[in-house]
Amino acid sequence: MKRLFVAVLAAALVMTAGFAHAKTLKLAMDADPVSLDPQVQLSGGMLQYSHLVFDPLIRWTKDMKFEPRLAEKWERTDDLTVRFYLRKGVKFHSGNEFTAKDVAWTLARLKKSADFKGLFEPFAEPKIIDDYTIDIVTKKPYPLLLNMATYIFPMDSAFYSGTDESGEPKDAIVKTGPSFANANESGTGKYVVAEREQGVKTVFKEFDGYWDTKSPGNVDEIILTPIKEDATRTAALLSGDVDFIMPVPPQDLDRLRESDNVKLVTMTGSRIITFQLNQKRREEFKDPKVREAIVWATNNPGIVQKIMKGFATAAGQQSPKGYQGYNPDLTPRYDLEKAKQLMAESQYPDGFTVTMIAPNNRYVNDEKVSEAFVSMMAKIGITVDLKTMPKAQYWDQFDAQVADIQMIGWHADTEDSANFFEFLLMCPNKETGYGQYNSGNYCNADVDQIILDSQSETDRAKRSAMLQKAEKIVYDEAAYVPLHWQDLSWAGKPNLEIEPIVNVMNFPYFGDLVIK
Amino acid sequence: MFAFAVRRILQALVVMVVISFIGFSIKFAIGDPVRDLVGISVSAEERAEIRDQLGLNDPFMVQWVRFMGNAIHGDVGRSFFFKKPAMDVIVSKAPATLELVLVSSIIVIVFSVPIGIFCAVRPNHWLSRILMGLSIVGVSIPVFLTAILLIYVFAVELQWLPSYGRGETIQLFGFWESGLATRDGLLHIILPSIALSSIMLPLFIRLIRAEMKEVLETEYIKFARAKGLSPRRVLYLHAFKNTLLPVITVGGVQLGIMIAFTILTETVFQWQGMGFMFLEAVERSDTSLLVAYLVFVGVIFVIVNTVVDLVYGLVNPMVRVAGRK
Repeated sequence: MKRLFVAVLAAALVMTAGFAHAKTLKLAMDADPVSLDPQVQLSGGMLQYSHLVFDPLIRWTKDMKFEPRLAEKWERTDDLTVRFYLRKGVKFHSGNEFTAKDVAWTLARLKKSADFKGLFEPFAEPKIIDDYTIDIVTKKPYPLLLNMATYIFPMDSAFYSGTDESGEPKDAIVKTGPSFANANESGTGKYVVAEREQGVKTVFKEFDGYWDTKSPGNVDEIILTPIKEDATRTAALLSGDVDFIMPVPPQDLDRLRESDNVKLVTMTGSRIITFQLNQKRREEFKDPKVREAIVWATNNPGIVQKIMKGFATAAGQQSPKGYQGYNPDLTPRYDLEKAKQLMAESQYPDGFTVTMIAPNNRYVNDEKVSEAFVSMMAKIGITVDLKTMPKAQYWDQFDAQVADIQMIGWHADTEDSANFFEFLLMCPNKETGYGQYNSGNYCNADVDQIILDSQSETDRAKRSAMLQKAEKIVYDEAAYVPLHWQDLSWAGKPNLEIEPIVNVMNFPYFGDLVIK
Repeated sequence: MFAFAVRRILQALVVMVVISFIGFSIKFAIGDPVRDLVGISVSAEERAEIRDQLGLNDPFMVQWVRFMGNAIHGDVGRSFFFKKPAMDVIVSKAPATLELVLVSSIIVIVFSVPIGIFCAVRPNHWLSRILMGLSIVGVSIPVFLTAILLIYVFAVELQWLPSYGRGETIQLFGFWESGLATRDGLLHIILPSIALSSIMLPLFIRLIRAEMKEVLETEYIKFARAKGLSPRRVLYLHAFKNTLLPVITVGGVQLGIMIAFTILTETVFQWQGMGFMFLEAVERSDTSLLVAYLVFVGVIFVIVNTVVDLVYGLVNPMVRVAGRK
């Protein structure tokens, strides 16, 4: 009997050893990809998907440098051009060979995509040198060419050419209806989409012709389930129904930190949360003393500690650490006495009443943070009438500038400081599109000029100095109220090596995930 | 019967037209669906162009008339988010909700009838007092909280049951995606159905008890007892049958409500049914799906009410006589 038992045990061991390479990852996120077409929408979820099923030319590393993916190396050949040497022998999921033609085709399609065309506007026609060499060219010298190359996920041009059964072109980018690209994929990525029911479940299986055999990643199947409800997502991890969750609800952080059978990883993020003070609607906000008083009265370190439970980093500027414009001198400001004094010196020592709007389901604790701000303003004689609403209604109200103070969070799609200014602080201009989300109507010709100059400054040190100067100007003038950068969070079972695959962009590189 | 059916169908049509109109009014207030379809940095012109393509810039009446025109051909619009016809989305989500409601209804019936009768017959028994006390608690705890508690106790702490989703499903008859036919699916339905029935169960216990008590006081019951019929027969045949009338009425309405408003339970359990779909559609302002769903719910209510009326006729012949006049 005993002998039999040992034999069975041994057999079982051999069996499990055989399966050691085959690992399934059950993944729960708050949402799932809206489409299989990587260019249909620019959103965190779609980029996470792109990194599974496609490969970019180059990608960000954890310390914000670039590493080769489909491009093995690259070099700047002149002010306008970077030459990319492509990896040879890479196959698409369809079996087609990956060449420079696919890169050019993908770039042309990006310029047609509503969501990406803005980012790729600086790009001119690329030049194909040979099958494995391509020159990517910009219209003017462009310092962010490599940043943008992380968004070029080559698509299988042969696969996406021609027409589908209904006679529609296969390369059509369709947001609200069926299309070939919305339902089919052929990328070079580690995973193929094996089955998908939108909003319910997506199954990714390892592509057996994948080029990156050096990666330590050993996950050959990913089952992605969206779990929208925060408490349920946490419960699913704690009960062992899923192996990995993102994002981790802030209210569950302590619980997960204490749990022995869960590993929690957090990281300072790069999404800045701010309040804008509308100078067009209110004379009071034109007075720099008043704006300064508001900034000094806003206890953002306190908000981070009490409301965000330490799950954020208090900010004094827009650029997070690691960005070119990050200026180490610009620390968060809070001093109530100083704020009161500034108010007394201003033209409005008796205070005034303003209106304010904020979303209640867009940023972490957005409503609570806004309420805290209201009570902080009361201390310096500013009465704030706050209204919060769901994000579905918020943005139209924001654009219409219905209130004197409006909340907005921003993450730079380019992972670069200039992007914050272009959207949030440059003089609003319908023609150029600058200042699209500048509801403070802050407008400073010097800042605009610095940012415009930075757009074609390819010398990194010079450019950093320019952007840091711009951050300093808007800091000194209290152009807006900075609050904090939201942290990012991931949690998984202890046998998952999470740290190496996560980054500040929040695209975990699941292809490199090791499950012990 | 024929006149009755015709009247009902006309009623249903009126209800649907009214609902579609109200749904459309909400649609204009709920937000801009295009916001959810584009990245935040997309320019206002681009967004306006997409709105134009979707016909969202047309005046209210133009949009509504166009919707009605398409609806007559059976096309109630296309979900922006799911990128397919709204009706297809609703139909694919319906089995999940209906199965959940079915299992919850079974739980409610199986428990409420005996408990209700027991509490009516033995009102002073200690067990009755406990059950009535519990039912008050049950009514007052929100479903949301019940659901979270169930998950934490049975999925996280005890790890007996799965915490979310429908588990393994199989296709029945080619379109009905069922979770009731697999062991995994059955395990997954236990917690959500308990959560969903937690509100209805106490309500029905109290309803049955109250009605039964009233019926037991009536003359004909006393007479039946005096005649020497067995207590059982008196209780189950004579008394219970008359207790059922108001219970069926309330039950019908509640069933409709359950089908339409499984929202909370479905959201907590990530249960891929119509309630969850509805909530997400509101958040994404997927307006065409929203209107289609509201119309669909209107139809459900009309159908349920019709069935209730018919059953009523079966139970109480007097209603039929009145209806024939």
